Amino acid sequence: MTARKADKKPTWRLTRRKFLKGSAAAAALIAASSATRRVAWSEENTLSYLCWPGHGAPEVVEPFEQANNVKIIPKEYVGGEAMMALINQSDPGTYDVVLSDREYIVMMRDAGLIDEMDPNDYAFDDFWPEFQKMPGHWLNGKLYSVVLDFGYLGVVHNTDVISEKEASSYKVLWDPKLTGKVGQFDWYLPSMGNLSQYNGNKSPFDIDDAAFAKLRDTVFSLKPQVAGYHGIPDIFNALKNGDALAYQGIGDWITILLSAEGYPVTTTIPDEGGIQWTESLSLSTDGKKQDLAKKFIQYLTAPEGQVRVALKSSYWGSIPNKKGWTLMNDIKPNEATILRHRFDQRNVMDEYADGKITLRQLPEQQSIDDWSEVWNEYKNL
Amino acid sequence: MADKALTQPTAGTAARNVDGYALFWGLPLALWQLVFFVAPLVFLVVMTFWTVKNFRLTPDFDTVNWVNMFSKGYVIDTYFRTLWYGALGAVVCSVLAFPASYALAFKASPVVQRIGLFMLITPFFTSYLVRIYSWQAVVSDNGVLNNLLGVFGLGPFNILGTLLGTMVGYITLTLPLVILLQFFSLSGVDRNYIEAAQNLGCGRLRTVFLVIIPLAKTGIILAGTFAFILCFGDLVSPTSLGSSKPPTLSILIVDTVKQGNNWPRAAVVALMMVLTLIVVAFTAIFFAYRVKKEKT
Repeated sequence: MTARKADKKPTWRLTRRKFLKGSAAAAALIAASSATRRVAWSEENTLSYLCWPGHGAPEVVEPFEQANNVKIIPKEYVGGEAMMALINQSDPGTYDVVLSDREYIVMMRDAGLIDEMDPNDYAFDDFWPEFQKMPGHWLNGKLYSVVLDFGYLGVVHNTDVISEKEASSYKVLWDPKLTGKVGQFDWYLPSMGNLSQYNGNKSPFDIDDAAFAKLRDTVFSLKPQVAGYHGIPDIFNALKNGDALAYQGIGDWITILLSAEGYPVTTTIPDEGGIQWTESLSLSTDGKKQDLAKKFIQYLTAPEGQVRVALKSSYWGSIPNKKGWTLMNDIKPNEATILRHRFDQRNVMDEYADGKITLRQLPEQQSIDDWSEVWNEYKNL
Repeated sequence: MADKALTQPTAGTAARNVDGYALFWGLPLALWQLVFFVAPLVFLVVMTFWTVKNFRLTPDFDTVNWVNMFSKGYVIDTYFRTLWYGALGAVVCSVLAFPASYALAFKASPVVQRIGLFMLITPFFTSYLVRIYSWQAVVSDNGVLNNLLGVFGLGPFNILGTLLGTMVGYITLTLPLVILLQFFSLSGVDRNYIEAAQNLGCGRLRTVFLVIIPLAKTGIILAGTFAFILCFGDLVSPTSLGSSKPPTLSILIVDTVKQGNNWPRAAVVALMMVLTLIVVAFTAIFFAYRVKKEKT
């Protein structure tokens, strides 16, 4: 025993030669493992999916994976501009399916990043009429994207402090009882869009320079009310802790999950109007698995996929497929009520019909830079 | 044979062996620095002259990003604000840390010292982000602290979204490290000097300021410098406890990338930060070690 121990000892002594040998072996191992990973990722049974958080979660994609013996590889982003950055910096064909906000579809088409789609491949007849020929998805009569889910952005407020009646105008954001308590979603586009609606701009993103100067003044005048500029996790925390009692530029996708947990928060679309966000699916140019990608989009826009997308754990969203609504009412009636997807009650489509909702879009008469500059100055006031 | 050479070196071979040995062990660090610091830094400089067209980075040689960033009042304001925040964080942390490190170095028994050191290391077991989110629950308007103060009829005090909130985060980030560095420095102070000072009638407080602090100056300055570096570049505290109100340079970098994928302009800000940190670090090292040289 002792002799064996003594024999073993020298083998653990580190000499320079051993160190070099070990280093070479480690390097070879690292190289081999990364090569293995590359092989694994390039296998035929995967589909890459560029999407907002949660869209690639098992609760959404698992039935498709099992039915087609395929693994969905999600690459998540937050914000349309982050999506544009990712897709522009990747090799062509890196992503098979791209989920994007509606306003970036034209940009992607112009940059040759997405392919034209065949409308006959998708069940548009099952969609609410408002979503069958959606602006921004059809360009010059050609289809480039299919809408997956949507929601409205307006005033999010703590119902213990601000009633729905009070929140029926963006004016409430300047209420003295909200001084230092108005949170700001740190994305200029929806946050400034709602304030543009408050200024009376029916097309909040298509405004002339005079209206833009006025918008700047409106934005700056909100500064004394501001609790802070928040990303998504901080919005949840601030609404839970009561550090922020109201926001503009966000909506149900935040408040549904919070109210389900018992927090007194809701979304009200003010009389000046709300903004609609829309997430849509496109086929990536140079994607190597176009057929599988098409099947995946068909799955997500069919009733089962729609219900799964609507009720995913990262955030809930409204869905455009009427048969998806029917299925949700059958199997998840409570959730259908919370999402206002009931056919027998006032629902999200009625709000759409009221004409209060404007599609979110990129600035028309000014550049992205001009708008984000105002936002940066606002943060630094 | 090799073992024999190592255990019984002649003067000449020893010198040659030491050089080779040092080179062997020093080379990875040099390579690391070259690959992960110098090369990215050069790339960062090059990128500041690139342009962005439709979210796409385009190699270019255009000074537009420099002109653009330096012509904006808020960029300059943010720079000096971040400098101020970093300096304040470093000073506050150093001042708060000193009594603890002093007590640990001079007053604590060896057992208490070991327990103290262990407790100073344990915060690093938990993610900094998690600790900051925990602070949110403590210092928010309806949080633990305000509820506690409410019992005594005080508050609520608004801490989130203020400079105080950011400082709470900075202290969470740097205090344990600053105490450790100060402690190691204070532990190295020769006790004979302290005894001599006291024998010569120097009071306790005067001994601290005239004997102990000057002798431990190197460690104290380096600890403060570390605190500055960490605070200056921190994104989490000014975002989650300061609520980006107002922003710091790290937040400006994130915003610049987020809004239009403008990496070149973000690179200008990053370079401003790197250059500032290099100047601050070298200045601090100069002052920290100049004192030492004078003493020897």
